[in-house]
Amino acid sequence: MAEDETPEVQQLPEIIVLGPPVVFETYEKEFCSKFRILRPWESTLPLSEFLLAHAQNTNAALCSGYFLLSTAVLRHLPSLRLVVTTSAGVDHIDLSECRRRQISVANASTLFSADVADLAVGLLLNVMRQISAANRLVKNGLWPKTGDYPFGSKLGGKKVGIVGLGSIGLEVAKRLEAFGCIISYHSREKKSFVLYPFYRDILELAAISDVLVICCALTKQTRHLIDREVLLALGKKGFIVNIARGPIIDENELVLCLQQGLIAGAGLEVFENEPHVPEALFSLNNVVLSPHSAAFTMESLWDSYEITSGNLEAFFSNKPLLSPVLDK
Amino acid sequence: MEAAIGVLMVCPMSLYLEQELDKRFKLFRFWTQPSRQEFLKNHAESIRAVVGNATAGADAELIDALPKLEIVSSFSVGVDKIDLNKCKKKGIRVTNTPDVLTEDVADLAIGLMLAVLRRICECDKYVRKGMWKMGDFKLTTKFSGKTVGIIGLGRIGLAVAKRAEAFDCPISYYSRSKKPNTNYKYHSSVVDLASNCDILVVACALTPETRHIVNREVIDALGPKGVLINVGRGPHVDEPELVSALVEGRLGGAGLDVFEQEPEVPEQLFGLDNVVLLPHVGSGTVETREVMADLVIQNLEAHFLNKPLLTPVV
Repeated sequence: MAEDETPEVQQLPEIIVLGPPVVFETYEKEFCSKFRILRPWESTLPLSEFLLAHAQNTNAALCSGYFLLSTAVLRHLPSLRLVVTTSAGVDHIDLSECRRRQISVANASTLFSADVADLAVGLLLNVMRQISAANRLVKNGLWPKTGDYPFGSKLGGKKVGIVGLGSIGLEVAKRLEAFGCIISYHSREKKSFVLYPFYRDILELAAISDVLVICCALTKQTRHLIDREVLLALGKKGFIVNIARGPIIDENELVLCLQQGLIAGAGLEVFENEPHVPEALFSLNNVVLSPHSAAFTMESLWDSYEITSGNLEAFFSNKPLLSPVLDK
Repeated sequence: MEAAIGVLMVCPMSLYLEQELDKRFKLFRFWTQPSRQEFLKNHAESIRAVVGNATAGADAELIDALPKLEIVSSFSVGVDKIDLNKCKKKGIRVTNTPDVLTEDVADLAIGLMLAVLRRICECDKYVRKGMWKMGDFKLTTKFSGKTVGIIGLGRIGLAVAKRAEAFDCPISYYSRSKKPNTNYKYHSSVVDLASNCDILVVACALTPETRHIVNREVIDALGPKGVLINVGRGPHVDEPELVSALVEGRLGGAGLDVFEQEPEVPEQLFGLDNVVLLPHVGSGTVETREVMADLVIQNLEAHFLNKPLLTPVV
C-alpha cells in the first residue's frame, strides 16, 4: 500500500475509512485527492490486526452509519482524535468512550432531514392510500377483473403524533400540517418554540392519535419505546411510520398487531435486525417496506460528500468542525 | 316526498350510496339489467333522476331514452361523462361533488410524486423479494425543492400547490388566464410550463379544449428527467405518446391515477420501475366517499323538495 503511493499522496493527511460508507464508494476519487486512505476491507487481515499494523498513528476516521464503532475498535486506534460518521444517527458509536478519550465526533447533522421527512410522508400516504398495493394490482393486470379498489383512509384532518421533535420531526410536522393534519408530539422535554401540544406520556399520545411517526434517536430510553401497550392504544384504525431506528419499536409485537388487525397499517424504513425483515410482513397489504435508504438520494449523497470531507478538512486545518456532535 | 321516484344508478360506485338511495327512492341498478333496452322500455317513464360517476354518466342517448328525467347527480366532481349541453337545452339539472374530494385528490397527487421520485413501490417490492440482503437499493431522486408545475389552478390545483410548498417546492402553473391572487409563477402555455418544471401535474377539468392537453410536444418539453402526474382524466394525456416516451426513456417517470380506457391500462407500463399506476382512487377513501354520497343524496332531496340545489353545475 505505502509502496504504491506517490510522494504527493504521502503528503496528504491520513484517514481510516470504516464501512465503507456509500458516499466513499461513490466519491472515492474526490476523497483520494484530499486524503491518504486506509482501506481495511481490502486487506485479508482481520480488522484488529489491520488496525494494529497500519492505523496506530491515524488521527481521523470516516465511518459509515452501519459500522459498529465499539470500545474494542476504538482501543485499536490509540491516536484517534476525530470520528466523522456519514449518518445522522450516532447510536453505532461508543460515545462515552469517545468522551473519555476526548475524541471529537461529527455527523451528517440536519443534511438528510428533508429527504427523511419526505420519505416519512411518502410512506404514510403510501400505506393510508394503499399506493403500493394498488400499483401491484394494476401491474398484475387485475384491475379489469376486480372493479373498484377498496377504499383507503383519508390523511387530511387526522391527528398525528410525532415521537421526537428534532430536526426530522419538525420537518415532518411542517409537511403534514399542509395536508390538514393536527400535530402533537412526545419528546424528552417540551419545546418552547412550537405550539403543538406536548405529551410527556407516550401512551397518552398514542391514545389520542390516528397516526404515530417515529422520528427520535435510538438511546437506552427509547429502545422498545413503542411496545404492545402503545400499539394497542394507537388502535385498530391507527397507522405507524418508522423512519428512525428499528429497535425503537418492539418488532415482534408490531408484527403480531399487524397480523391480528390491532393496528390499521405501517410504513417501515428501519428494522431491528437489518437487512432482515420479518417475512410475516411480506404477505400483508397494509404494510409498506423500505430498505433503510431515506438518505440515499443523488442530491443528498453529494451533500454528504461535502459535509464529511469538509469536517475532515476542517479538522486537519485546525478549524472548527462543521457538524460536531461531540467536541473536545 | 312522493313515494316512488325512480332513480337510475348507471354503474356500481358505493354500497353506502345504494343503501341511502334505496331508503328514499325506487332505485334501479342499470348494470344488473340483463337487457338495457327491455329495462328502458318498461321503466323509463318512472325515472326522474340519474346517478352517475367518473366512469359513466348521462350521454345524449341515455338522456333521450328518459323522457321524465329531471336531474343528473354525479358521484364525482368531473362531469365530462354528462352531455351538459343537452341537459341545459332540456332544463335537466346537473350536480356534482366539488370541495369534499379536493383534499384526497391533492393528497394522492403528492403521494404519487413521492412514490415515483423516491421509488417507494419499487423499494417495497425489493424488500419483499428478499433483495435487500444482497445489497442496497439504488439512489433515488430528492423531492423537496423540485419545481412543481400545475395544469389548472382550481380547487385541486391550489390544494396540490399548498402541499408541495411545505416541501419547499417552487410552484408554477398554466391556466386559461392568470390568477390574480397568487404568487405562483404563471406560464401562458403548457409547453412553457413543462419546459420549466421538474414535475408536471394535471389538475384541470376535462373539456373538449383540454383533451390531450399533454401531448407529444409537452412530453418532450418535460423531458428525460421530468415526471408527469395525472389525477385529472385519462383523455387529458395522449396515452400512446406517453407510453412510447416512457418506454423509450424520453420521459423520466409518471404517476397515473387515470387512463383513457379505464380499467384498461397499457401493458407496456407494467414493467417500468419509474411508473406508478393506480386504479382511479383519487377520492377513494372511506371518509370522502361517504361525504360524497351524502352530497348526492342531499342534492336529490333538495331537488324533489323544490329547494335550492347544493352543488349545481347546470
